[in-house]
Amino acid sequence: MTTSQQIPAPGAEMEHYVRGGEFDPKSVEKLTPEQEKVYLASQLRLMWWKFKKHKLAVWSGVFLLLLYGSILISEFLAPYGLNNRHVDFIHAPAQSIHLFHDGEFVGPFVYGMSYKLNMENLKREYTVNKTQVQKLRFFCRGESYRFWGIWKNNLHLVCPAKNGTFFLHGTDRLGRDVLSRMIYGARISLTIGLLGITISFLLGISIGGIAGYYGGMADMFIQRIIEVLQSIPSVPLWLALAAIMPVTWSPIIVYFGITIILGLIDWTGLARAVRSKLLALREEDYVLAAQLMGARPSRIIGRHLVPGFMSHLIATATITIPTMILGETALSFLGLGLRAPITSWGVLLTEAQNINAVALYPWLLFPVVPVIMVILAFNFLGDGLRDAADPYK
Amino acid sequence: MFAYIIRRILIMIPTLVMISVLIFTIMEWPPGNYFDTYIAELEAQGEAADLQEIEELRKEHGFDKPPIGRYFHWAFGLLQGDMGYSFEYELPVNEVVGSRMWLTLLVSFVSIFFTWIFAFPIGIYSATHQYSWGDYGLTFVGLLGLATPNFLLALIFMYFANIWFGVSIGGLMDPEFKNQAMSWAKFVSILEHLWIPVIIIGTAGTAGMIRRLRANLLDELQKQYVTTAKAKGLHPFKALTKYPLRMSLNFFISDIGSLLPAMISGAEVTAIVLSLETTGPLLIRALKAQDMYLAGSFLMVLASFTVLGVLISDIALALLDPRIRLQGGSTK
Repeated sequence: MTTSQQIPAPGAEMEHYVRGGEFDPKSVEKLTPEQEKVYLASQLRLMWWKFKKHKLAVWSGVFLLLLYGSILISEFLAPYGLNNRHVDFIHAPAQSIHLFHDGEFVGPFVYGMSYKLNMENLKREYTVNKTQVQKLRFFCRGESYRFWGIWKNNLHLVCPAKNGTFFLHGTDRLGRDVLSRMIYGARISLTIGLLGITISFLLGISIGGIAGYYGGMADMFIQRIIEVLQSIPSVPLWLALAAIMPVTWSPIIVYFGITIILGLIDWTGLARAVRSKLLALREEDYVLAAQLMGARPSRIIGRHLVPGFMSHLIATATITIPTMILGETALSFLGLGLRAPITSWGVLLTEAQNINAVALYPWLLFPVVPVIMVILAFNFLGDGLRDAADPYK
Repeated sequence: MFAYIIRRILIMIPTLVMISVLIFTIMEWPPGNYFDTYIAELEAQGEAADLQEIEELRKEHGFDKPPIGRYFHWAFGLLQGDMGYSFEYELPVNEVVGSRMWLTLLVSFVSIFFTWIFAFPIGIYSATHQYSWGDYGLTFVGLLGLATPNFLLALIFMYFANIWFGVSIGGLMDPEFKNQAMSWAKFVSILEHLWIPVIIIGTAGTAGMIRRLRANLLDELQKQYVTTAKAKGLHPFKALTKYPLRMSLNFFISDIGSLLPAMISGAEVTAIVLSLETTGPLLIRALKAQDMYLAGSFLMVLASFTVLGVLISDIALALLDPRIRLQGGSTK
């Protein structure tokens, strides 16, 4: 021991350092504003950020929003009415939009068509008449319609030239414009998926909830029912159920009938997901706490358990909507689903049911395009939602 | 293992009973029955129906008794392999269905093999080359297959076959074989026609399977034991096939259960568009005409195939995976 490090005398002041300024106990773990934004963000916000990264999903979402928006104003968007027949243009081919005529810019226009009946095979032949330039009009007064069946109006987004035609996707066997019918058909085809998924959602959550929460006999029984429903091939089962509906029913009731059928068969997958989640979650302490406080099972399931995995359920549901849309299309195509005068994409496709129609009038297959696009979009959106559903991962 | 199989078979019994009750209820649901429809149809055509004969048929098939009796009659008949009587064809259902059922099965099973043959390598490629151009391209093609309804694919196929080859591709065999007994020539003819429906039906299933296999394999590839294996210098091929692939094979087999109903569903619709000699077109007609034993027995047999398929896949799974075998439970 050296003399310079002597122990100070008792009570004497020791050498020490005091830092000036205020004391901040959190100075070490201080968050930068950017970090604070992330760590304090709500779950919903985190999901949104994660979802935004999935570009394809975002664009699919925008596309679907636009489509669903369009069914609000179908009358305005469609150049022709749903059932307007153009007897001079039966099975007319699709007209394409041009911008230049003879090297000169005229804006969007279509060439006129001249029609000739081929007397040898009685085939209607349309030839493009390059001399007739029919300029399209926008935000124009055209055929009058009743907006939502109530207000009389005649404003259209696009109309053909005066005395001209504009069949972007051709016409069908009654001379009705396929494009306009597709725009109107979206109303039925798009909503049927939503209504169907709502039914299947309600059934799936309540039945799966009961199975998962109570377990035991109820679970056993519900599991068997699900197994039964899943082992019957869905299309034959749809067909059988659709065949039950009397032919005398009005189309609108048939529409609801179809949604119920689609929903009734589809809930099993959701119920399974709900059940397995609940089986794990019902052992949590907060459930016990709720039970001790006297909450009813319906409240515990609906208020405490389901919100915990709601985002997963929504993602699952998004992926199953295409099944519904395809189901409706297939049923209608086979003649057991919707019938005219209700117009859905499936009903439109019944026009192209045999090989002759497909070979002679391929434009009748155009309604396939929106079907495929919507299904792809729902798949991408569902993928994005599923990734975003668990933002802490 | 033996106990597991026995238990698994016993579980099938209540399932099958419930399926039969459900199907019978659906068949009984619509008001009226085949005879009412038949009489109404004849009257609409201005013909008088032979009421005496119809009344006898009605009695013979128990339509004067409550449905319960008819159900048991039908169910016990099924157990003995008797599928009832088709009113429309005026033949036992067994004879009407006969070869059609086998063709449906043939188409479905070949489609499943098609699905496997294509989905397996593509799924593995997609998972091992994640986010490469190949992965994106294959995923997109797969999604497109998933998004296109079967019947539309059938129509499009017919369209292009018509344009390119100028032939109609409907049917499952050359017309001259239609009512012949099975022979080598007929078999060859069936094989020649089979590939189109198989491609159409298999596409959606293939697409779905690629997606699931890719996701499964990706999960497995991210696990630490794979990293360890690679770090130790195991050959990449072996590091892929020895463990991760084996793990995702499990799912491959358990997928039969969901694949089979989907295949049969797809086969029905496609069959109607392509006018194949399978059960699809017959089923639709039977449903529309309320030919209840024909339609009901059909549905029942199709559902039984699925239940059987799930059983086989469960047993195969138990054989493959000791964890399932030893736990004695079915897969979750």
